Amino acid sequence: MSQTAEQNCFHCGLPVPPGADYAVEIRGEKRPMCCHGCQAVSQAIVDGGLVSFYDHRDGPSQRPEDLLPEQLQKLDLYDEDKLQQTFVEIDEDSLKSASLILEGITCAACVWLNERHVKALAGVVEFQVNYSTHRARVRWDDSQIHLSDILKAISAIGYIAHPFDASRQEAIYKKERRAALKRLAVAGLGAMQVMMLAVPLYGMEGDAGFDPEMRTFLRWISMLLATPVVFYAAKSFFVTAWKDLKRRQLGMDVPVALAIGAAYTASVWSTIYDGPDVYFDSVCMFAFFLLSSRFLEMGARHRAGQAAEELIRLIPAVATRLVNGREDIVAVDELRPGDTVLVKPGETIPIDGHVLEGVSSVDESLLTGESLPMLKKVGDDLTGGSVNVESPLTLCVDRVGEDTVVSGIVRLLDRAQTEKPSMARLADQVAAWFVGVILLIAGAVAFWWWQHDPMHAFAITLSVLVVTCPCALSLATPVAITAATGTLTRLGLLTTRGHALETLSKITHIVFDKTGTLTEGRLRLSAVHCLADEDEQQLKALAALLESRSEHPVAQVLARSATAMSATIESLQATPGKGIEAVIDGRVYRIGNLDYVAELAGMPSAYPSQNNRSTLVGLCREDQWLAVFELNDTLREQAVDVVGQLQSAGLQVELLSGDAQSAVASVADQLGISRWHAGQKPEDKLNRIRQIQQSGGVVAMIGDGVNDAPVLSGADVSFAMGSGTQLAHASADLVLLSENLRHLLSGFNMARDTVKIIRQNLGWALGYNLLALPLAASGMIAPWMAALGMSTSSLVVVVNALRLRRK
Amino acid sequence: METLYLLIPIAAFLVVVAVGLFLWSIKSGQFEDLEGPGFKILMDDDKDMIPDDARLPEKNSPKKNRENVK
Repeated sequence: MSQTAEQNCFHCGLPVPPGADYAVEIRGEKRPMCCHGCQAVSQAIVDGGLVSFYDHRDGPSQRPEDLLPEQLQKLDLYDEDKLQQTFVEIDEDSLKSASLILEGITCAACVWLNERHVKALAGVVEFQVNYSTHRARVRWDDSQIHLSDILKAISAIGYIAHPFDASRQEAIYKKERRAALKRLAVAGLGAMQVMMLAVPLYGMEGDAGFDPEMRTFLRWISMLLATPVVFYAAKSFFVTAWKDLKRRQLGMDVPVALAIGAAYTASVWSTIYDGPDVYFDSVCMFAFFLLSSRFLEMGARHRAGQAAEELIRLIPAVATRLVNGREDIVAVDELRPGDTVLVKPGETIPIDGHVLEGVSSVDESLLTGESLPMLKKVGDDLTGGSVNVESPLTLCVDRVGEDTVVSGIVRLLDRAQTEKPSMARLADQVAAWFVGVILLIAGAVAFWWWQHDPMHAFAITLSVLVVTCPCALSLATPVAITAATGTLTRLGLLTTRGHALETLSKITHIVFDKTGTLTEGRLRLSAVHCLADEDEQQLKALAALLESRSEHPVAQVLARSATAMSATIESLQATPGKGIEAVIDGRVYRIGNLDYVAELAGMPSAYPSQNNRSTLVGLCREDQWLAVFELNDTLREQAVDVVGQLQSAGLQVELLSGDAQSAVASVADQLGISRWHAGQKPEDKLNRIRQIQQSGGVVAMIGDGVNDAPVLSGADVSFAMGSGTQLAHASADLVLLSENLRHLLSGFNMARDTVKIIRQNLGWALGYNLLALPLAASGMIAPWMAALGMSTSSLVVVVNALRLRRK
Repeated sequence: METLYLLIPIAAFLVVVAVGLFLWSIKSGQFEDLEGPGFKILMDDDKDMIPDDARLPEKNSPKKNRENVK
């Protein structure tokens, strides 16, 4: 079947390389596929009778990674009992269950496909995918099927699954979430019912002919309903308040607990001794509103934590240990310092160590964000989590377990997440003052009325406490932030810290990290310089053939840029860090870096080699130069436009990059950025940010590598790209999942609107309090009016905040 | 008005039932994934359950050989 160049792969949506002939018959029609991987996956889907996946999915699927037979074999290791101890549970029916992280889920149809496909396997009892978290739970009968078969089945349809230890974090989150939901349910339903009963109670106040018995009856029922709300749902407020008091601090929860406690006690007293007023409705409503905002906050925190959990998948579960020259596959946990480990090309380095034998390129992009692999020789340090690209390496283990770099990063992350950002601390301090003042005023009011009119002293003091209750004040900020966060999340800008929007509205400087933020972080063939009398297409095909067996990213770019020409390679030798030498038709070819090629070609290249904006690859046949290929990292489509708009909004845009001078200059030039620094190490970047901060600037940093993690946390507010490393996600305040730089602008605008709304809300809440306080203190407001006023005030705040959702 | 003495306790009892149901649904995991199930009902995976003679003729689908055709 002939194909035109514009065709896109039916499965993954990437363009089909010219001349490729992978097609799958779907519903009687031949559909083009870009590669063998897509073809295999698509065929598996069709054979499984799951074609309607293609009707329901939202967009193209992820291009499946070609799993080599050896890698598939590695999955068998997950069946070892020793390894399973960490993540498999066995229940009373001797069924096994495990939690999996699923990669590649892009829409609900993916969930459907996975569930249908895996459930159809004999021996799988249960398989459930959680669409929100991309986690799956599988239960299987080990006598019929093994875990490795399930993992293989998932990879056959183009997804990747890793078992993980759910007890570490997932189980805790689940428990927290369930407990919070239960409290919310009790408070919500209780509040609704009590408020309904409060309406006739308020109505009776003015009615001379009311029935006192009915009033008592309604109060008793209200008390019955409010009791679980206070003692179960609102328990957490009392606990935190008590903890605060024990540490001699005044937190926001202290007046909350005091108001709820006092109002409830007074209402109970009124109910029993037929006192003047009950406030059960205010108590329940108050508890419900506060619990709702805390619940939403918890959701955001959990999402950030899950990103950190995914870091663990950086480290493989098993390693090949060499004992007296014999290969022995063991769990990574069993490795001890001094052990010798073999890492084959394409494998992830399981642990920190140094090279004993071999030379190879190692891809550290997951840890450093550097897109090109680093050359490692004997004696060089290796970091667990990086990928060996070219040739086998033997390494000596230096550090294990908690001492490894990745473990250290995970620990740092845990700490960063538990620490409160400075803005939140400030808010707490202000709240403490506010609370102190309220308590003093309430005390003074109580004292004064006790002297003059002891009969009404309690009711009036309570009015003061309820009316000044920081409800609207404490809702003003979280509600606006939650509404704005929701809107931004729909755009693909995930907010992981509550303070992010507040700080974002104040920034004066934006600092970009070049790699992967302004550029796509992916090399592309940008030019071919033909040095011999040969056709460009021909040369590209030759290069594709020579590079087809190499794992090096540069080689991969060339291998994919054209269809390999059909010829037999008689012998092939790869020199790590340099290039490839091959014999075709009895003639020697070399492809690789310019010096390496010049060694064979003899004469210096006719092409000027001092251009280091781009990566250059030379190609020669014996002593004749054939071509120089120029590879470039391309700018993101929207970069120029977005940078221009940020500058016209009055922000200072800077570029700090670890790349070489000329490369950075070129990017800065194209984007119109006048301030840039090249060759920056993470410490330099951090220093530069400190420098700006000292001169009074507020910095937003946009980065993507793990090496950016300290810089990202050093900046006032930070963005990570969605394709960036998990660690960068976790240390950033916002994650740009959509990869669309335009949404940065939406973020800034939304931040400004949010702060405007927060100001309005705070203004309203404070104005209301200042107006109501003297009225309440002078005894002109009955507690029920205070409660009503407080609820109205909160409602105004919430409705105002919800305006942010519509934008 | 006396009927309120009956109706309000009934209402209160219903609240208790509602809370009970809510707690049960939380416990049975219905709030774990708030996005997925909404999509799930849209997926047609019940085609096989439609009797052959009631099926709409499909335009571009090849005739599938079903094992249990009578």
